[in-house]
Amino acid sequence: MAKKKKTPQQKQYEQLEKKYETKRPVVKNCIKAFFVGGFICMLGQLLSFMYIYFFHFTEQTSGNPTSATIIFLSMLLTGFGIYDRLGQFAGAGSAVPVSGFGNSIISAAIEHRTEGFVLGVGGNIFKLAGSVILFGVFAAFVVALIKTLILMARGVM
Amino acid sequence: MLPMFFWAFVIGGLICVIGQLMFDVAKRTPAHTLTTLVVAGAILDGLGLYEPFADFAGAGATIPITSFGNALVHGAMQEAETHGLIGVLTGMFEVTSSGISAAIVFGFIGALIFKPKG
Amino acid sequence: MLKGKQSWLFDNHPVIQSTGVAGGPFEGNGNLAKDFDILHEDLWMGKTSYEQAHRVLLEEATETALKKSGLSAEDAQFFIAGDLINQITPTSFAARDLKVPYFGLFGACSTSMEGLAMSSFIINYKGAKNILTGASSHNAAVEKQFRYPTEYGGQKPPTAQWTVTGAGVALLTENDGTHENCPYTTSATIGRVMDMGLIDPFNMGGAMAPAAADTICAHFNDLGVDASHYDLIVTGDLGKIGRDSVLALLEEKGIHIDKNKFNDCGLLIYKADQPVQSGASGPGCSATVLYGHLLNEMKRGVYKRILVVATGALLSPLTVQQGESIPCIAHAVSIEI
Repeated sequence: MAKKKKTPQQKQYEQLEKKYETKRPVVKNCIKAFFVGGFICMLGQLLSFMYIYFFHFTEQTSGNPTSATIIFLSMLLTGFGIYDRLGQFAGAGSAVPVSGFGNSIISAAIEHRTEGFVLGVGGNIFKLAGSVILFGVFAAFVVALIKTLILMARGVM
Repeated sequence: MLPMFFWAFVIGGLICVIGQLMFDVAKRTPAHTLTTLVVAGAILDGLGLYEPFADFAGAGATIPITSFGNALVHGAMQEAETHGLIGVLTGMFEVTSSGISAAIVFGFIGALIFKPKG
Repeated sequence: MLKGKQSWLFDNHPVIQSTGVAGGPFEGNGNLAKDFDILHEDLWMGKTSYEQAHRVLLEEATETALKKSGLSAEDAQFFIAGDLINQITPTSFAARDLKVPYFGLFGACSTSMEGLAMSSFIINYKGAKNILTGASSHNAAVEKQFRYPTEYGGQKPPTAQWTVTGAGVALLTENDGTHENCPYTTSATIGRVMDMGLIDPFNMGGAMAPAAADTICAHFNDLGVDASHYDLIVTGDLGKIGRDSVLALLEEKGIHIDKNKFNDCGLLIYKADQPVQSGASGPGCSATVLYGHLLNEMKRGVYKRILVVATGALLSPLTVQQGESIPCIAHAVSIEI
């Protein structure tokens, strides 16, 4: 996507408009993101310990039920109309943890139910999360491929 | 145990701050930001850096979306070790399946029982 | 009559005989709630989708406008309206049920004045006796189409605006001298598309200001008037940033407008404590504020002559993804009483 070259008139307006454009409160947003994101991760840690001590998961395997529980909680918060308010407040603090991933899928599913379950929900459920899944998988593929080839070349594999 | 909570909070919070800076300073959309973080997680695991990071930070490293990239590479590498190159494809979703499955299942359940509130 | 380069004079003074204004919960909690004829307590309005609720707003506003004049749909020759939704389906579906010959318009948030200008021209030259014209929008339907699912936890920056859930419709009539204390249109200036290269879809006000400035300049030039000719110049939905930008742009061109006689529908409709960031937007914004509050103020004698400049951003979610900038347009109509 090449950026079109701006005419001098456009550049001049850009300067003028910037003077009146409300600046984003970066520091305030970062602080809110830090606390909310940190809190969600701490909650995850708590759940992880709970699964290890009460449900006999190991440190390696506790990640699975922990993620699933967090996503279940984000379904409730999304469905009751709370997650969008949390998102406006916390920004990346609620978008970056796995609960944000859950929210992106669940909110799309809930929204498009009016278009039916197959085409609406099914066709739109990955509207927001699709890029994360696509690039996560593809990046993992490339990284694992390169690493495997290197290890094979060294005679380790 | 307590130090784990502290580090989970701090490290998880810091990863979110990185995301927030991408939103506000780099002006990237949530999709771009999360995609970048996932790819970063994958690359870090390829370099062998994510596991020690997760040992130290606990949920601070496994809850943010970066761990999704890490889990995909992990699964791929585990299968590749036992089954060779094809393992890269077959193993990817073994470690990470609960996150995606949960999101899809709860998404559908959500669509069944909830109406958007606007 | 064509005046100057891009303006029309309406010598026969088409009369805004009656109006209908419907709104949603947010508008009901806003500054201008008492100027709404119908207010709903939720976004669904008894329907099963946001798009259908959107249609209900427009249908109710149209019915109200007709009822207030004691006319029925058969008495209107044309229905000229539009909205923001893909293929303007809420308006077209409302037109289907209205059964009045229909012009569907797309001017984004400038649709209200685009419709009023065209309707005034047609009535002025006896192309019709009665025309129903208006515009509408629905916050959730617009968010779903242009931005994110409504329950998604995205964070809107302070430059963003809140789409009005509302519809404003006017019944425009041939002036036969019998409509006392009814406002009438006197002129219109049709805008051209302006694009200053801004690309942020969360900063519509900044993108639209140049279009408003261009149309205001053209209006003053074509009609040979200046800002003092009007008791109030009001833009559609420039919001905080757009308003400041347009005043600065006009100063640069040597046009000085008194800040007290220059306002924006997007800044009038909501209270300061409502979380709308930079102000309100949407085709429903200028339509509900003009056809409700502003005309009521004119009937009370607060304003005798106003200029309404509705501004629209002509982008789509696809053009944003393709990295295109945001072209904008502004249409102006002058109203007197």
